[in-house]
Amino acid sequence: MTTLSERTALTQLDALESEGIHVMREVAGEFERPVLLFSGGKDSIVMLHLARKAFWPSPVPFTLMHVDTGHNFPEVIEYRDRVVAEHGLRLVVASVQDAIDDGRVAERADGSRNPLQTVPLLDGITANRFDAVFGGGRRDEEKARAKERVFSLRDEFGQWDPRRQRPELWDLYNGRHKPGEHVRVFPLSNWTELDVWRYIEREQIELPAIYYSHQREVFLRDGMWLAPGGWGGPRTGETLEVRTVRYRTVGDMSCTGAVESTAATIPEVIAEVGASRLTERGATRADDRASEAAMEDRKREGYF
Amino acid sequence: MGPALTTQPTTTEEIHTVTEHATRDLLRLATAGSVDDGKSTLIGRLLYDTKSVLADQLSAVEAATLARGGGEVDLALLTDGLRAEREQGITIDVAYRYFSTATRAFVLADTPGHVQYTRNMVTGASTAELAIVLVDARKGVLEQTRRHATITALLRVPHVVLAVNKMDLVGFDEATFRAIADEFTAYALSLGIPDVTAVPLSALTGDNVVDRSTRTPWYDGPTLLEHLESVPVGRDALSEPFRFPVQVVIRPRTAEHPDYRGYAGRVASGVVSVGDEVTVLPSGKRSTVVGIDTFDGPLTEAHAPQSVTLRLADDVDVARGDVLVPSAAAIEVGTDLVGTVCWLAEKRSVLGARLLVRVGTRTVRALLREVNARLDVDTLTVEAWDGVDTLHAVDATDTSSDIPPRALTLNAIGRVKIRLAEPVVLDEYATHRRTGGFLLVDPADGTTLAAGMIGATLLDRLTPTSTAQDDDDWFAGSGI
Repeated sequence: MTTLSERTALTQLDALESEGIHVMREVAGEFERPVLLFSGGKDSIVMLHLARKAFWPSPVPFTLMHVDTGHNFPEVIEYRDRVVAEHGLRLVVASVQDAIDDGRVAERADGSRNPLQTVPLLDGITANRFDAVFGGGRRDEEKARAKERVFSLRDEFGQWDPRRQRPELWDLYNGRHKPGEHVRVFPLSNWTELDVWRYIEREQIELPAIYYSHQREVFLRDGMWLAPGGWGGPRTGETLEVRTVRYRTVGDMSCTGAVESTAATIPEVIAEVGASRLTERGATRADDRASEAAMEDRKREGYF
Repeated sequence: MGPALTTQPTTTEEIHTVTEHATRDLLRLATAGSVDDGKSTLIGRLLYDTKSVLADQLSAVEAATLARGGGEVDLALLTDGLRAEREQGITIDVAYRYFSTATRAFVLADTPGHVQYTRNMVTGASTAELAIVLVDARKGVLEQTRRHATITALLRVPHVVLAVNKMDLVGFDEATFRAIADEFTAYALSLGIPDVTAVPLSALTGDNVVDRSTRTPWYDGPTLLEHLESVPVGRDALSEPFRFPVQVVIRPRTAEHPDYRGYAGRVASGVVSVGDEVTVLPSGKRSTVVGIDTFDGPLTEAHAPQSVTLRLADDVDVARGDVLVPSAAAIEVGTDLVGTVCWLAEKRSVLGARLLVRVGTRTVRALLREVNARLDVDTLTVEAWDGVDTLHAVDATDTSSDIPPRALTLNAIGRVKIRLAEPVVLDEYATHRRTGGFLLVDPADGTTLAAGMIGATLLDRLTPTSTAQDDDDWFAGSGI
C-alpha cells in the first residue's frame, strides 16, 4: 500500500493530459454533434491524440473538420489524409475556394485567405449542425485568448460576446446553448507552446515534416520568410532564395512565415522554442501583426 | 521601471533538460488584490523574472507605453485587458497567465480587483491551490484584504500567501511588515485558513519576488517564487475519500472489443485500486473494480486527478452522472440541499424559481426553496432571517417594505435551500472540495446563475446569533 506522502502529484504533462481528456469526455457526454477542427497543425494533432486516449478502446466519437484555404502546404494535406485513413475518421472539408466561387466571400487584395476562413468555418458548422467545436487554441498564444473559456459560447452568428461568457468554476463546464448556437471547446487552454512540444516528444507523435528543418525556396516580405505559390507570391522585387527553415505554426501559406532553423528533431525544436525570444504568433503570423487587437477582432467575428 | 529592465533577460541558459521536466508538476494559483496594490506589476514581475515574457510581447508593451505618453516601461501593461473591456467598461472575469521554473509550472488566475470583484475571485479561487493576497505595506490590512481572505476561506483554497507589497516605500521596515503579517494571520486563522505565509516584497523593484532582497536582512523566509515552488500540490484531493463521477460509458462493440464496458471519468478525489468494493450512487448498487484502463495500458491503482476508465465485476446499471464511491463509507445522498451560493448573474434570485443544479457530472431539475442568510462582504457580517419556504408559502416573493430585500443579486453570497428532483451525492464542500461544488443554471437560456458549495460552514460561523461552536475540524479533510 502506498501512503499519501509517497504518492506524488501528477507531473505537469500528466495533469494537462488528464484535464484535456476530461474536457473531451464532458463534450461527448453533453453534446449531440461535436466536431474537432483539424488543420494538420501540431495543436490539432495533439487534440486528436487526446481524443484517441479519452475514448479508448472505442474509436474517436467526433467528426473532423478542416477549413481549407486552398493555399495549403502539400505536406500537411498529405499528413491529414493519411491520419484520417489510418484511424478510420470522418473528415469534413470546409473550403474557402468554394466560398469564393459561391460569392460568400471575396478574395482580398493582399492575397491572404486567412481572414476568409471565418465564413466557411461558420457555414460548415451550420450545415452540419455541429453543436460543439473543438479548437486547439491556447491561452498563452495571445492576450485575447488569455481570457477565453474552456467552453466558449457562440451565438447563431458564431460571434464571441465577452459579456455572455460564463464563469467557469471547478471542473463544472456549462455547455447549455440555444438551438443555432454552439460552443467552442478548447481542451489545450492551459498548455504552452513548449508543453505541446514536450508532449509530442513524450508521446512520440508524428507531425508534418515542415515542422522540422529543411531547405526551402522562400522570399522575404515584411520581415517574414514566405513560401512561393499560386496564392500570389513572390511579387516583383521579391526574390526567391533557398534557406534552411522550419515552421513554428501551420496555416495559410500566404501568411505563415518560416523561421530560419536547423532544428531537425523534436529535442532540437524544444531547445529552439525554449530559447526563442519571440512568441510563435509574433514570429510567424502576418495576420496577428496587423494591429494591437487583431486577434480580438477576428475572435469576435467567429474565428477559431 | 526598475533597472532590471534595461537589460533583456537571456533565455538560452534557462532551457531545462528533458529529465528535469519529467518530474515537473503543476500548481494552480490565484491572485487577489487591486491595481492599487500593485497586483498587475507583481504578475508582470513574476512573468518577467521567470523569463516568461518574450521579446515581441515586451516590445508591444513598450509601444503601448509610448502610445500612452511614454515614460518608463510599465510591467503592469503585460496583463492589460482587451479593447472590448476598455470600450465597454466591463471586465472579463479571469485572465490566465503561464510561467514556469525548472521544477514547477504555474497556471495563474489573474482576477481583476474592481468590477464584479466577488464573482471574479470566486471563479479564480475555485481551481486554485494557492491564493496570493496583496496588501500595500503603507496601508496595511484593509477591508478589501479581509474580503479577499473571506472568499479564499469560502472556496477553501488550501494555501494563502500574504504578499506585503511596496516594502520599498516603507524603507523595508521590519516592524511594519510584522504588524501587517500578524494582523492578517490572526484574521485568516479565525476564518479557518490553515496555512498562511507572509512575504515582504516589492513588485516594482523585484525584491523577494524571484530574487532574494539584500534590503530585508531581518527576513529569513522564502521569496515569493521559492514559496510557490515548494508548497505541496494536490494533497487535498489525494487525502479526501475516493469519488469518481462517471462522464461517459465506453462501449466500443467492435470486433476487437465486442463486450467491453467501461466507465470513463476523472478521479475527483482519493485513490482507487483494482479489487476495491465500490458503490454506484445514487442507485446504491455495489460491485468490485476489476480493471483500471488507459490508452497506455492497465493500472493497478489510480488517484486524483487521473483520467481513467474503470471496469466493474458486475453488469450493474451505471450512466453519466453517477458517482462511484467506496462501499464501506456512509455517504449522504438526498434531494434537499443546503448550500452557500455566490450569485454570478445580473438576473437576481427568485424564490420558487425552477433551476438546474449541476453537481459532478449530474444535472438535475431543482427548485429554489429558500434564501435565509446573506453575507455582507463589505462588513463581513451575516444577516440571517427566517426563510420563507416556498413549498409552503402562499406568496413566494414577499417583499413587503419592512422586510429587507432578500434576493441574491450579482456578487452576493447567501445561504439557500434547494429541493432537487432526483437524489444526488451531497458531499459537504468543507470536507470535499472536489465534489462539493455545484452550479445553478437557468434552464431557459443556460446562464450560470450561481456557484454553490454544499453546506454553509463559513456562513454559520460568521452569523452573530449562531450558537455554532468553533469547529476546529473545519479543514480536517484537507490533510494539511
